[in-house]
Amino acid sequence: METEAIISIDQVTKRYGAFTALNAVTAQIRKGEFFSLLGPSGCGKTTLLRMIAGFDEPTEGTITIAGAPMAGIPPNLRPTNMVFQSYAIFPHLNVNENVAYGLKRLRLGREEERRRVGEALALVELGGLGARNGSELSGGQRQRVALARALVLRPKVLLLDEPLSALDKKLREQMQVELRKLQRAIGITFVLVTHDQYEALAMSDRIAVMFNGKIAQIDAPQDIYQRPASTQVADFLGGMNFLTTAGTTMNGGTVSATAPGFGQISCAVPAGAGASTGNIVFGIRPERLRLVWESAEPAKLAAKVVNRHYFGDVTHLVVRVDGQENELTLVEANNFGADDLPEGAPVRIDHDDAAFVAMLKPD
Amino acid sequence: MRLSRAASFPLFAYAILFLVFLYLPVLLLPLFSFNASATPSLPLAGFTLDWYKSLGSNATLHRAAWNSLIVAIATAIISTILGMCAARAMTRYKFRGMAIASGLIMAPLILPEIIIAVSLLIVLLGMGLPLSLVTITLGHVLFCTPYAISVLVSGFEGFDPSLEEAGRDLGDTAFDTLRRITIPVLFPAILSSMLVSFTISIDEFMLAFFLGGNEPTLPVYIWGQLRFAAKLPAVLALGSIMLLGSLLLLTLAEIVRRRAARNISTSAN
Amino acid sequence: MRISSAARLLSNPGLRGWLTISPPFLYALLLLAGPILVVIAHSFWTQDYLTVDRTFTLANYRTALTEPLYLDLLGRSLFVSAVVSVVTVVLAYPIAYFISFHGGRNKGLWLFVITVPFWSGYLLRILSWKVILGYGGVLNTGLMWAGAITEPIASLLYNINAVIITLAHTWVVFAILPIYVSLEKMDRTLLEAAADLGDNALRRFLRITLPLTLPGVTAALLIVMIPTVGDFVTPRIVGGTDGIMIANAIQVQFGRAANWPLGAALSIVTMIAVSVMAGAFVLALRMFRSAMR
Repeated sequence: METEAIISIDQVTKRYGAFTALNAVTAQIRKGEFFSLLGPSGCGKTTLLRMIAGFDEPTEGTITIAGAPMAGIPPNLRPTNMVFQSYAIFPHLNVNENVAYGLKRLRLGREEERRRVGEALALVELGGLGARNGSELSGGQRQRVALARALVLRPKVLLLDEPLSALDKKLREQMQVELRKLQRAIGITFVLVTHDQYEALAMSDRIAVMFNGKIAQIDAPQDIYQRPASTQVADFLGGMNFLTTAGTTMNGGTVSATAPGFGQISCAVPAGAGASTGNIVFGIRPERLRLVWESAEPAKLAAKVVNRHYFGDVTHLVVRVDGQENELTLVEANNFGADDLPEGAPVRIDHDDAAFVAMLKPD
Repeated sequence: MRLSRAASFPLFAYAILFLVFLYLPVLLLPLFSFNASATPSLPLAGFTLDWYKSLGSNATLHRAAWNSLIVAIATAIISTILGMCAARAMTRYKFRGMAIASGLIMAPLILPEIIIAVSLLIVLLGMGLPLSLVTITLGHVLFCTPYAISVLVSGFEGFDPSLEEAGRDLGDTAFDTLRRITIPVLFPAILSSMLVSFTISIDEFMLAFFLGGNEPTLPVYIWGQLRFAAKLPAVLALGSIMLLGSLLLLTLAEIVRRRAARNISTSAN
Repeated sequence: MRISSAARLLSNPGLRGWLTISPPFLYALLLLAGPILVVIAHSFWTQDYLTVDRTFTLANYRTALTEPLYLDLLGRSLFVSAVVSVVTVVLAYPIAYFISFHGGRNKGLWLFVITVPFWSGYLLRILSWKVILGYGGVLNTGLMWAGAITEPIASLLYNINAVIITLAHTWVVFAILPIYVSLEKMDRTLLEAAADLGDNALRRFLRITLPLTLPGVTAALLIVMIPTVGDFVTPRIVGGTDGIMIANAIQVQFGRAANWPLGAALSIVTMIAVSVMAGAFVLALRMFRSAMR
């Protein structure tokens, strides 16, 4: 589904004095997609979003939105609108006035303006609250007003700066679903900044994972989770068992090695790997390892329980496999008694041969 | 902390005594301004409004009052504008040299006033500026801006920078954002800064004394009257009126400030 | 590309900060820092009637530092401002403590009530002390009326005590605010921790509250000490000849005597002297603080 880019970020660098917040970042955001910038705090994701909005200018490089270069264009003249982390609901205006704020400048006439405000409020399911004061709204309602206020201007791109981080867990999960549905329904490009990997995975068409001012990988959620390009990406998006291996060889698009306990494993060469195999690391996600309870059933490797962590629905078992340097973690639903396994208990483990992943280790 | 109630009683008693010490001298002025005796002494001689009536026909006094009003209004406006710049920079940006810049701007709070007064006098006369209401205002702005800043900083601290960014993002120019967001949201702080600067300016003596030339303000006029013992009751009457005026203005400033604080605290949820 | 390079410059937060603060900063630079430099320059010049001679000389400083009259006035001014600042801090601390710890929901109201007299007119407050302390004033006539004394006490007004009382009354509010702020900033769980570790109320105050609020006490001392040294109105109205201070001499140099360079030198000497004294107080408080550990 290769479609045209609505935002082109080309070799963008941002320096604050000696500190480099963004380092030659290049990315294309496609028209109509839900795009997330994911990374730990200080990785540059918010800086990038603010440069797209026009609150910051790149030190080097260019940003193009809908074909027009944005250098020197102030935020009020850009075809983007933003939902701020604090929501920035104007405290001296009521909900209707907040939503109509940007419309005033368009001089639509009172009827048309009222109609569009009503539409926008209905879209975010806030109909009937128009006369409420900005200071009388709950967190979720403020978030919806901020959304309506931006969408009412029909921007080409909606920018969202950690819009759910101020909400409690239940509400956050509900809003994730609603935002995704809303984006699908109106078809506007959304660019979301978040540090929460589950949020990014649940909502996005594509995710850019950022570390230290650089984009480490851009991919669809499943690809990025199942085939992380680097150990850093793998680590940031949940648990990963890094394996001790020997005799790594590359053959076309495939890289193979011998992992003690696992035998011969092979998978696709990670993107960006050179001819050398020295910085390639193999791993497997904890949920791709499975306990085998029936002794009659075949299993691929034997291990001993070292430790276990109980989470209610699942138990994380830490096991030791002979020949593996690291202890391995596996996730088991609390259905067959994984939460009762004592320390030192021998277990048998199975896995899918296609579940391994090869990643680059940053040097 | 139920214990603290009992433990706090001596402190409470002290606080009350302290208030008496603070207020008694101030309240004597209105008391003796209604006293039918030319010298303020006990026992009281009887009630009279003569001293107030004598103010009504005093042309020099009216001129001084008018001067004070002009200077105080100009000072309130200019100090508040300068104060907004400083308060914004102090709360919004971190930059090299900020401590020096804000230290200099706030210095009049702690410098002996006479130093400010004589140095301004030397420079203004040296530049050939005649002493007038303008020179008083220049001095008062210098002196009032730190107070304006301390009032405005609390306003800016509760002011989310995203509000202005949201204004820009929704299509406003920088000037429109100032007009539609910054000033309305900060209005209570701005008003209370103007009231505070106005009150300080009306009351300020030393700068007005040195920089006023032949244009006395109210305090300078009062200073001139102090030489004549017979004028004392009329001065007390004038002082009582000024006291009442500043009290009203300050109460107003406090109410505005509190309402603003309440708005900010509810919108923070 | 010119627009974009300007925009790039403007997105530099340091530059934006400087631009924002520049109007009040330039104002203070032009009307405060500049003039003070001019005063310093004047103090090294001489004046003959209306003409200023700009050859460098230390004569003004020699006069300021050797003339017994000026040394007397300076010494008295420093004494008065030191006493006033210590007295106001001692008076102010319990009030600040009371408001901060026991003010409850009325903290704002208490602060307001305490600051109101400060706004009641500088001259008028001084005047009311003259009315109270005068020979035929409220205190004397009141006491006689009540039969406590038969003759007015002459020594109430026109001396250094009257100056100190009046200045303390004027400035005590300025001492309350910084102490109050430092008390408010203090983490109250520290007191619970100290209690938990066995300290009684007095020891908690001496070992936790007082050391942690010493910055506020220092600020209060300075904020009272430095300005009071330059007051000439209070001494003129309630001080009499024994209560005259250095600022009165400075005022005379810039008024009737019209000797600006000497006035400038007296101002500079006063500023330096009060700064040195303030520095000594700050050091003493620091030493006290480390001794409290």
